[in-house]
Amino acid sequence: MAAFPFGDLSLLLAIPVIGAMLLLLIPRQKSKAHFTCALLFTSLAFLWSLNILNQFDGGKGEMQLVERVPWMRFYGIEYLVGIDGISLFLVLLTTFLMPIAILASWSVKDKIKEYLFFMLILETGMLGAFVALDLFLFYVFWEVMLIPMYFLIGVWGGPRRIYAAVKFVLYTMAGSLLMLVAIIYLATRHAQLTQVLTFDLLQLYDLHLPFHEQAWLFLAFALSFAIKVPVFPFHTWLPDAHVEAPTAGSVILAAILLKLGTYGFVRFAIPLFPAAALAAAPVIIALAVVGIIYGALVAMMQADIKKLVAYSSVSHLGFVMLGLFVFNLQGVQGGIYQMLNHGLSTGALFLLVGMIYDRRHTRMIEDFGGLWKQLPVFSALLLLVTFSSIGLPGLNGFVGEFLILLGAFAVTPGWTAAAATGMILSAIYMLWMFRRVIFGPLTKPENQKLKDLDRREILILAPVVALIIFMGVYPQPFLSRVKPSVDLTLKRVFAVQGMPTAVNTTAGGETKNDGR
Amino acid sequence: MVPLEYYLILSAVIFAIGVIGVLVRRNLIVVLMSIELMLNAVNLTFIAFSRYLGSMQGQVIVFFVMAVAAAEAVIGLAIVISVFRHRRSLDPQEMQLLKW
Amino acid sequence: MVATTQAVATVDLLRWMPLIPLLASLINMFFGARLGRKTAGGLACAAVLASFAIALYVFWLLPATGMFRDTVYTWIESGSFQVKLSFQVDALTAVMLLVVTGIGFLIHIYSLGYMGHDEGMVRFFVYLNLFIFFMLLLVMGDNLLVLFIGWEGVGLCSYLLIGFWYHDHANTIAGNKAFIVNRIGDFGFVLGILLLITELGRQGIWTLNFMELQQHVNLLSPEKITLITLLLFVGAAGKSAQIPLFVWLPDAMAGPTPVSALIHAATMVTAGAYMTARLHFLFVLAPETLSLIATIGAATAFFAATVALTQTDIKRVLAYSTVSQLGYMFVAIGIGAFSAAIFHLFTHAFFKACLFLGSGSVIHALDGEQDMRKMGGLKAYLPTTYWTYVIATLAIAGAPFTAGFFSKDSIIWQAYSSPLGSTELWFIGWVTAGLTAFYMFRQLFLVFHGECRADEHVKAHIHESPAVMTVPLVVLAAGSIFAGWLGAPEYLWGSLWDQWLQPIFGGVHEAAHGSLTDEINLTLLTLAIGGLGFLFAYFAYGRASKLPDRLASLAGGGPYRLLLHKYYIDELYDVLIVRPFTYCSRWLAQVFDPGVIDGLVNGVAKAARGFSLIWREVQTGNVQHYLAGFLAATLALLAYFLKQQ
Repeated sequence: MAAFPFGDLSLLLAIPVIGAMLLLLIPRQKSKAHFTCALLFTSLAFLWSLNILNQFDGGKGEMQLVERVPWMRFYGIEYLVGIDGISLFLVLLTTFLMPIAILASWSVKDKIKEYLFFMLILETGMLGAFVALDLFLFYVFWEVMLIPMYFLIGVWGGPRRIYAAVKFVLYTMAGSLLMLVAIIYLATRHAQLTQVLTFDLLQLYDLHLPFHEQAWLFLAFALSFAIKVPVFPFHTWLPDAHVEAPTAGSVILAAILLKLGTYGFVRFAIPLFPAAALAAAPVIIALAVVGIIYGALVAMMQADIKKLVAYSSVSHLGFVMLGLFVFNLQGVQGGIYQMLNHGLSTGALFLLVGMIYDRRHTRMIEDFGGLWKQLPVFSALLLLVTFSSIGLPGLNGFVGEFLILLGAFAVTPGWTAAAATGMILSAIYMLWMFRRVIFGPLTKPENQKLKDLDRREILILAPVVALIIFMGVYPQPFLSRVKPSVDLTLKRVFAVQGMPTAVNTTAGGETKNDGR
Repeated sequence: MVPLEYYLILSAVIFAIGVIGVLVRRNLIVVLMSIELMLNAVNLTFIAFSRYLGSMQGQVIVFFVMAVAAAEAVIGLAIVISVFRHRRSLDPQEMQLLKW
Repeated sequence: MVATTQAVATVDLLRWMPLIPLLASLINMFFGARLGRKTAGGLACAAVLASFAIALYVFWLLPATGMFRDTVYTWIESGSFQVKLSFQVDALTAVMLLVVTGIGFLIHIYSLGYMGHDEGMVRFFVYLNLFIFFMLLLVMGDNLLVLFIGWEGVGLCSYLLIGFWYHDHANTIAGNKAFIVNRIGDFGFVLGILLLITELGRQGIWTLNFMELQQHVNLLSPEKITLITLLLFVGAAGKSAQIPLFVWLPDAMAGPTPVSALIHAATMVTAGAYMTARLHFLFVLAPETLSLIATIGAATAFFAATVALTQTDIKRVLAYSTVSQLGYMFVAIGIGAFSAAIFHLFTHAFFKACLFLGSGSVIHALDGEQDMRKMGGLKAYLPTTYWTYVIATLAIAGAPFTAGFFSKDSIIWQAYSSPLGSTELWFIGWVTAGLTAFYMFRQLFLVFHGECRADEHVKAHIHESPAVMTVPLVVLAAGSIFAGWLGAPEYLWGSLWDQWLQPIFGGVHEAAHGSLTDEINLTLLTLAIGGLGFLFAYFAYGRASKLPDRLASLAGGGPYRLLLHKYYIDELYDVLIVRPFTYCSRWLAQVFDPGVIDGLVNGVAKAARGFSLIWREVQTGNVQHYLAGFLAATLALLAYFLKQQ
């Protein structure tokens, strides 16, 4: 009897889809039932992902819970999924934030059924992209994510939603089309060299192409991911998408979708084409640091809070890119940790902005002022999240930022020093915004009758805030599980024959410590 | 025997007249008639070659062409009638709804 | 020269010192409204008292050359880089602990009275306890990163407390300024840490732990040590308000007076001096940095004192005075006299806190008035405040046998005699001592003597502060005298202080030049200039006199205005830094990003649209045109294939 080939990861992918199908069956009027169904299935997905966490062996760097089912045998395409230390926490982040995003969508009144349907499909798309190990499968999930996001922005968004949605889709798709070409080229080249036609990532890792081939392929992949991250100067879709998206859409977009870009770099672009990655590193590091500073400077002068946070994302993800491309343990570990941190902090920021928007239907800083008096809980939470974003030690942002700076400093002290100015700049723009919104006299009459956070809103924010503090105080459970996979990835980068290492001395690589 | 070229030239001229008619005339029925002209010119060519090469294949094809021409004329005229009922005009220049 | 210390683990007790105030802060944060103001305030004070009790106990138990350690858990571990949340208490830390918790406790008690009627009182104590927590992390951390947690944490609390009365934007702007200027310092600090750990890492040592750093410090090259110490000093300059990063401290006076006393006089601002002293083994290997530190310290001390001469806000005078005294501490550090620097930190905590709390008492009595021109004659109304203020003023001015006398003198003498010292340094220190005496007594006379210049309705309500506020004043005043007796010069009864810190800093430098007679002579000179300052103040302000006005209008009033406006430094920074920065940011956000970068993106879309507009002309809707197209294409293909034949 053939063993059932689908396992825990497939179930994880299936749960939101099943929820989406069931959701369609519920009649249109019963919006309470819609919410319950969506919440139920996203919570189930989260609990199941906790089960996967439990099964995960934190000491191993290789792919775990691998499932392999032939799909299109003729083309060498399989349904191949697996999870390792790098994708584990990204999957958890996704399943953790989805129920919160659903709860945050309470204020959506119109066409809620379709809205929740798209959210669930989006969840599967994102989860699939994180666990897919077959390049074709990965591409499918990558594109699958775009459609629900397009609808979420385009139907339930703000005044310029059509422009923002179209810009988002076209910009991202333009990059990913090149990636598709590269994927097909890669598979066929592998077939030419080894007589085996496959899209299996793990086999393609072992393909060592000459440098000029690698370079073009790397560029194709990198462009697609660079648009997603977004790396300066490919960032201009992000402010528009964020501003026009509905609250939950922004949360998911910032917290998870952007991480797919950085994840793509660390999973695909770097280990598949190590020589090209090493050669491109100086340019990418430069762009990352420019992004850090540029994002911060532009964020400062924004009048719309959401746009400010959007540009702050550009700045923060510049740090992540810096960490990833210095190719040492601290840098990459810090980069991955910062991906998680950014997801939580920026997700929380968007949740908070959404809450204030629900009350006042404006996000302009000048419309606020003196909110601490009326909304003390809101203000306190915003304070905490602000300082997490700024990188106050004791909260999550500092751990990732410091590890990145540490890793980067060993490789390129000059650019690292420039990146560190981000510490000052982020404090400037965040605190200025905070002061204008929260402090000062409560002058505007519209603000004087506002209610503070209700139970649902505190329920949404509490887990995120708790994690922000926990990850700042006790990062070891995360860092230790990420480490073996990062070691493995770095081994792949430096295993290429005769390639000069960009790094001189770093802490990391072979250590006696096992993942704990 | 009449030389082949005579038939071919005649056929070409008839075809050309048909083409010009299709492209230039401003009455849909005349356009359809021009299409018939083109088809018949081609028929003539086939028959000429069939006679000249001694093969029946040419004449067989003519049957196909005539059948298709008949079918096409029927449908074409049906469309023309329908269009005329809507627009009271048979001028192709006036039917530009698919213009950009 | 450094004696070795052996670590003796204390069972978990150390961690409770910061933990208890943290818990109290959290309890007050979540339940404070329910507990009510009295209980919340009492809880906060009790928490700090508990920490102080533990600190005393630890101090009593601590052997002379010993160290206590408490490792809580491993915070970050990434490959060979490992940071533990771990505390250590040696002689230096013990002193700091006593200052932080002891004076912190007194100020907490004082705040019960000062903030008693403030509707945000509970929030105040939440922040204040949180501050104690972070400050204790700072002084007890056994590695640079734990110190840094405390370092930034106290910055957070300072930000929150300066902007405590947030209804007024001026206060929160000051809070922002404090945090951001501190962050600029922290930028240097972080780079210093990174350079330190990377350089040691190249030699295979991955640590930021102080003991281990001290063991391996000779693995670093002198150039690297100089660079590292310079960067670390940038951080210290930010936190301890030295030139050029001092501008936040005077504005920080926007916070409630207990905050000014605790954070901006006694503890947080001294963190820079503490950090440098903690890393003394690094700094002594970098003579250029030390020389820079001494120069900046001296310049800051002098410069701030000159500004203090003209200020009219009672707290501003004290703020600039603090900057000036911090300058003295850095002069001491710069000449390698770490023990003297910490000694001055210690005594300064007493008399400066006393002065600030005293000024708070005055402000409280005058219903919020802070302008000294509207004070005067308060001696009669506020006797306890007055006498404690006198004692503290005597201390800061260096009157004989007060705390300030011993600590300041130690620095001034070593500035002259130490191998790293110089006559120039001594001279600036000496002149500044005179200025200090002058502006402090000026303040004393303006506030407490003469006619009361307050408004009528204010005058009617002047009352001495309650015991909750006056008892801490008395305790601090006592400290302002006796705390200094721990560090007398050799020709008197010797310095218990230097002995206590000797295992850490390794004893005072032998005097490079100057003998005992010189020492006594210089002390007398210092007393003389102090006395001169006092007399000058007395004649100008102690009795009705035209002297202040005549001085102010000297040389057309220019120098006076220059000092009054603090050398226009804030305006200078605004023009040189803030404005170009804002302009650049605005240009990027409003012109460059939407116009150029997004313009390119939208330009692609526009180009596509443009092409489309042209190409669509082909679709005329006219079937005959399409058929013509068919014909043309067919003919072209025909011609092509025929050509091929």
